[in-house]
Amino acid sequence: MVFAGLSLTLDAGQSLLARGPNGAGKSSLLRMLAGLIPCHHGRIERQGAMVLADENLALDGNSRLKDALAFWAHMDGAHAGALEEAMDHFALLRLADLPVRMLSTGQRKRAILARLLVSPAPIWLLDEPGNGLDAASLEALGTAMARHVGKGGAIIAASHFDLPHHFDQILDLRESSAA
Amino acid sequence: MRRWFLPLLRRDLLLAWQGGGLWLPLIFLLLVASLYPFAVGPDARLLAASGGGMLWIAALLAALLPVERLITPDRDSGLFDQLLLRGVSDEMIALAKLAAHWLSFGPPLMLAVLPASALLKLDADTILRLELGLAIGTPALAALGVLVAALTAGLRSAGALAGLLALPLAIPVLIFGAGSLHPGSGAAIKFLAAITLLLVAITPIAAGAALRSGRE
Repeated sequence: MVFAGLSLTLDAGQSLLARGPNGAGKSSLLRMLAGLIPCHHGRIERQGAMVLADENLALDGNSRLKDALAFWAHMDGAHAGALEEAMDHFALLRLADLPVRMLSTGQRKRAILARLLVSPAPIWLLDEPGNGLDAASLEALGTAMARHVGKGGAIIAASHFDLPHHFDQILDLRESSAA
Repeated sequence: MRRWFLPLLRRDLLLAWQGGGLWLPLIFLLLVASLYPFAVGPDARLLAASGGGMLWIAALLAALLPVERLITPDRDSGLFDQLLLRGVSDEMIALAKLAAHWLSFGPPLMLAVLPASALLKLDADTILRLELGLAIGTPALAALGVLVAALTAGLRSAGALAGLLALPLAIPVLIFGAGSLHPGSGAAIKFLAAITLLLVAITPIAAGAALRSGRE
């Protein structure tokens, strides 16, 4: 068991930050909310599609960055120009023709966030979105989150450090976790 | 479904093409067929009598060649997680993998059988029956490959374990596949078709369950 006695509600246009030290179960919480791992006791109600940005790249190493991202953009049915916009937001246009395997840690993270930005899903699940980002990219992440919440989207983020965004709710997993 | 199934299939085939996956079964089969006469001697009658069955063994092993590349890399890269979040089920992922695996090794293998048959002095009738048997049997071999790949995904030395797991399930395919090479063996072809249907029907469900339990 990772945690028990956990209850949270999030409305459209709200954001929640799950805080806690490494191993507190932040990632497990997000994966459970996403439906990737089963919730053995209790209930999860989702209204709306979710999109997850965790530490997994899910892009083919030998593809060019723009092709690899276009694969997901096409699958998400994103409108034309959304991908370019997202890549521009995270300063990836310069790297568009580079094979994904050549990207650095921070650039990978930005690619993951660009994929998130392209998706029209209203609920964002962010697992340590700030890891490996430089100051400028962190700021870009902050504006992206503010814009998403402003449009009526919801954000559930997990991070062990503070993110450049004002969260409506803070969940401290140190206190609520059972094991 | 069209939105994700075809792109995924196209991507898998492209990766197989780039990674040499399409040439691997072809070269493998030709290699075995050209080594075989050296091992058993150049007796044309013996080669013609045993060559067909030997090509079936080679086809079976060719299906297992890419087993480690089928599921594990995509599972580890988070590709499956992203597909699941977009409403694709584990079973459908396994089905897409099955289709892509068959497309990337079935048709090239059937092509490679033609020059390989010439090396083994098979007659025209045997070649025809071999091609028919492979057309019916290779989906079963592809299903088997995906099934054991999903079952062993994430384990150490998954390739060796996958081979051991596939072996008992592959024996019926081999028996009826090689059995269909003799004249008047309509029953063997029908049994082969039955096994193919069974494996193709079971694989998405069993591999999907394996993927799901592998996430916990």
